[in-house]
Amino acid sequence: MKKELKLTVNGESYQLFIEPKKLLVEVLRDELGLTGTKRGCDSSSCAACTVLLDGRAVKSCSILAMQASGRSITTIEGLADGPNLHPIQQSFIDHWAFQCGFCTSGQIMAAKALLDENPNPTMEEVKLAMDGHLCRCTGYNMIVEAILAAAQELQQEAK
Amino acid sequence: MIKDFEYFAPKTVEEALTLLSQYKEESKVIAGGQSMLILMRQGLVAPQYLIDIKGISALDYINFDKNGGLRIGSLTTHRTIETSPIIQNGFSVLAEMEQNIASVETRNWGTIGGNLCHADPAGDPAPVFIALNGKVKMVSSNGERTMAVEDFSKDYFETALQSDEILTEIQVPNPPPSTGTVYRKFSLLEGDYALVSAAVSITLSSKGDTCSDARIVLGAAAPVPMRAVRAEKVLIGREIKDNLLQEAGKVASEEARPISDMHASEEYRREVIRVLVKRVAGEAWERAKRA
Repeated sequence: MKKELKLTVNGESYQLFIEPKKLLVEVLRDELGLTGTKRGCDSSSCAACTVLLDGRAVKSCSILAMQASGRSITTIEGLADGPNLHPIQQSFIDHWAFQCGFCTSGQIMAAKALLDENPNPTMEEVKLAMDGHLCRCTGYNMIVEAILAAAQELQQEAK
Repeated sequence: MIKDFEYFAPKTVEEALTLLSQYKEESKVIAGGQSMLILMRQGLVAPQYLIDIKGISALDYINFDKNGGLRIGSLTTHRTIETSPIIQNGFSVLAEMEQNIASVETRNWGTIGGNLCHADPAGDPAPVFIALNGKVKMVSSNGERTMAVEDFSKDYFETALQSDEILTEIQVPNPPPSTGTVYRKFSLLEGDYALVSAAVSITLSSKGDTCSDARIVLGAAAPVPMRAVRAEKVLIGREIKDNLLQEAGKVASEEARPISDMHASEEYRREVIRVLVKRVAGEAWERAKRA
């Protein structure tokens, strides 16, 4: 039996009727068409599906959509300002921090949560915050470099 | 593929207990679901009724009282515990343990009560709570009871919780003076499940030269987190020296009951337990001296 679900995604309010067994990632992708969030391992191991829920990074494959009721979600689609990429997105491009891109949305959302909480992290803090994210292409160094550079950029902007 | 279920999201403990007393074995309680949704996706758990207690904000708290000790609401997230100044200052072993559970994403949503109720023998919190002599509080429509965390796990993924009960609180007493507690797990990846783990709590005598009490708890070494009681006896009443730590490690590895699986053989686990207990007990000893 379908249930009513009200939630906010990237600043827009939605009222949906869904089967309670639907995962948050399924509702984002299949109901709302926000396919930037990727469904990777399906066993809570890879973090490709990471989104922000009330500002905190969570795995959207490991949360029932109903559990997001009344809450605010940010996905990768919510970061850019029109044609202008978010500094973290731009930094991933500038530092060659992805190749196939499958894990990238999750990586960037986790980086966003980290920098919102800790605007000037050390390399060690970046590695700790990102240690749940698997990437099969790049090696992880460029991802860490991109996040550290984005932190500098964001701090410059804030001044 | 997750099977269909009827979904409830009670907002109070009372509402949740009413639902549980109505549906009992046909229902399952979900909190953060960081473990349970994996089981549901695999079809290993398929409840007819799912009672989602994550929204019961009254069970999300960390309280400390000089006399009563620490009380953690069962729906407190791992991340809240990890970053709590109360925990970091007074119970740092808990914060250290939390930092190595899975990933930030999992810790942001997963709850401490959910972890204990999942009762994975490789889980991190239970050995630490047992080393700290912690208790769990459970409530049902008929009343409440408390139990040592040590007695809570009954078998692989099974606990003492009745089908109409909810775990509401974890209680940790103030440690005795001159006590040091340390937890380490051995895993191949950062944040991964423990191949084996050890939590050791050591209390020094008032003179500070001998070990007056020791609690050694092993994770992933038996169907439930286990006290290595014989290894504890090696240390209690003695002045701790390197050869004694070695002896404790050896005895712990003998009394452990690890299994062989795809991650490690029984023999390998015993060998790591031997080394881990020696090291962790040594660290706990050092920490007790500074306490």
